[in-house]
Amino acid sequence: MIPRDRLGFAWTALTASRLRSALVTLAAAIGVAAVILLTALGEGARLYIMGEFSQLGSDLLIVLPGKNEKGGGPPGMIFESERDLTLEDTAALRRLPHVNAVSPLSVGAIQVSVGARAREAPLLGSDATLMQTRKLKMARGEFLPALDLHQAQAVAVLGPTLARELFGTASPLGEWVRLGDRRFRVIGVLAEQGTSLGQNMNEVAIIPVASAQALFNNPALFRILIEVDGRARVESVTRSATRLLTERHQGEEDFTLITQDAVLSTFDAIFGVLTLSVAGIAAISLLVAGIIIMNVMLVSVSQRRSEIGLLMALGASPALVLRLFLLESLLLGLLGALAGLALGRLGVLGLASAYPGFPLTTPAWAYLAAAGTALGAGMLFGWLPARRAARLDPVRALTGR
Amino acid sequence: MIELHDLSRIYTVGDAEVHALDHVNLNIDAGEYISLMGPSGSGKSTLLNMLGLLDRPTEGIYRLEGRDTQGLDELERARLRRERIGFVFQSFHLLPRLSAFDNVALPLMLAGRPPAERKPLAEQALESVGLAQRAHHRPDQLSGGQRQRVAIARATVMRPALLLADEPTGNLDSHSGQDVMDLLESLNASGITLVMVTHDPDMGARARRRIVLHDGRITQDSDAS
Repeated sequence: MIPRDRLGFAWTALTASRLRSALVTLAAAIGVAAVILLTALGEGARLYIMGEFSQLGSDLLIVLPGKNEKGGGPPGMIFESERDLTLEDTAALRRLPHVNAVSPLSVGAIQVSVGARAREAPLLGSDATLMQTRKLKMARGEFLPALDLHQAQAVAVLGPTLARELFGTASPLGEWVRLGDRRFRVIGVLAEQGTSLGQNMNEVAIIPVASAQALFNNPALFRILIEVDGRARVESVTRSATRLLTERHQGEEDFTLITQDAVLSTFDAIFGVLTLSVAGIAAISLLVAGIIIMNVMLVSVSQRRSEIGLLMALGASPALVLRLFLLESLLLGLLGALAGLALGRLGVLGLASAYPGFPLTTPAWAYLAAAGTALGAGMLFGWLPARRAARLDPVRALTGR
Repeated sequence: MIELHDLSRIYTVGDAEVHALDHVNLNIDAGEYISLMGPSGSGKSTLLNMLGLLDRPTEGIYRLEGRDTQGLDELERARLRRERIGFVFQSFHLLPRLSAFDNVALPLMLAGRPPAERKPLAEQALESVGLAQRAHHRPDQLSGGQRQRVAIARATVMRPALLLADEPTGNLDSHSGQDVMDLLESLNASGITLVMVTHDPDMGARARRRIVLHDGRITQDSDAS
């Protein structure tokens, strides 16, 4: 039997029971579409997070006090180190080659008030370089002035949300805010921006690092941020910074250096696994579709016993009967895969137009895997019914016994 | 053309063994017209299926056109059925989803003949049973007699040497039954070997050679030689 005739014969068999074939196709299509949609969502979540974090730039090095950061836990839960990170460390790091900017960072929570309005806000103590290392943008006014690291000055820059909460629609520039027990003049307001490194920059107040140390009465720094001159130099700067700080800390490496890349690749890995697992869950529906294909084909084989007997009497070998029925299952899988690809694509487009900000993309492997699984299911689950058909005794099949 | 030597077919039903065919010896020459008769369960259908290579003997020898069928694998048996043997069934066994033409062309299609080659052969076969006008009707649009004639066209489209008919008129009224018998006999007259199972004595009597089976044995053979 020539291949085209096999295909035609299987096709007439499927179209003879149109509703049943359509329903099976639908079941397979839903499975395929589910894989595509869920993969798109997982991949979208990954891209979204990556996008948020990569705003910081991949040429950033972060120095943390203590050596236990790898143990996990949110920032601030680090073991107290014996030696703090200091402004002197910051100044020393600034003398390293291939370093664009080094920002000290002192962090605490503090009561912020203007007149009767007060709220708790995170306070960052840093200097003018933070604008560069954190890729900050100003909505109005100026960022912190360039000062000596040890020089305190009563000026503050506010995040946009904080500024709105304290001053409403009025301009805060030149106004006084009270931070803890001291007064600071507002010199700038940040532009709206996303969360970076777990810190919502819309709600912070930023003041010179020496002023923050005085407020907190603590000379220890929370972080030192180093912006490296180009991504290619991150590794060499990591080494030289480690050497320098170890030397300064009496030969003890009581700090941790992490790169933006390390953080990113961790998230990348987490969301990669997440995407795979939702795709895996969706693949279960493909498995169910495969079992439905098998069931339908089994019913079909038992309903068409006399047809199978006839084909054998007319000279079809069992091998040919097997191939004909396998082809039917394969066709069902193929139709399901095609319909599912279309359905999944439509769903992704629909979601994308409903949530334009969310980066929805289905990776090519998801399309291939979903369609391949549908075909494979048709093939795999078609095998048993097809073999049953091929093994029918033609005499019994023809007499309906 | 056909030689059977001590051919037996034993079914196991539960614990009991049923001798559907019990040491049957039979020779059939090319061009013969034979009726197989006997009560239900006498083994006449089993014998027909055996001749048609749909069933395998439990023991004994079946030679078809001088060739022992014992050692043939499924592929070769299928090939012989396709090329040398035609079947006509009591209940027609047409595929309801295919047109009369496609039903007739089915053996050609299974044999791997391309469509261009199938068309003239199937048309000719339909023509020879007088149904050229009905080529594109589906079986449910045809009368019983017409359906059986389509089935006969299908059985002969490969120009087999042997035509096996199992109660070909069993589901037909006497008028269409007559037509079908005339058709089968004219095919026999043109040289095809015809073996027909029937339990209608009038139909059976029309055959030149009449064989009666009882309990799997041949008890009468009008041509006993």
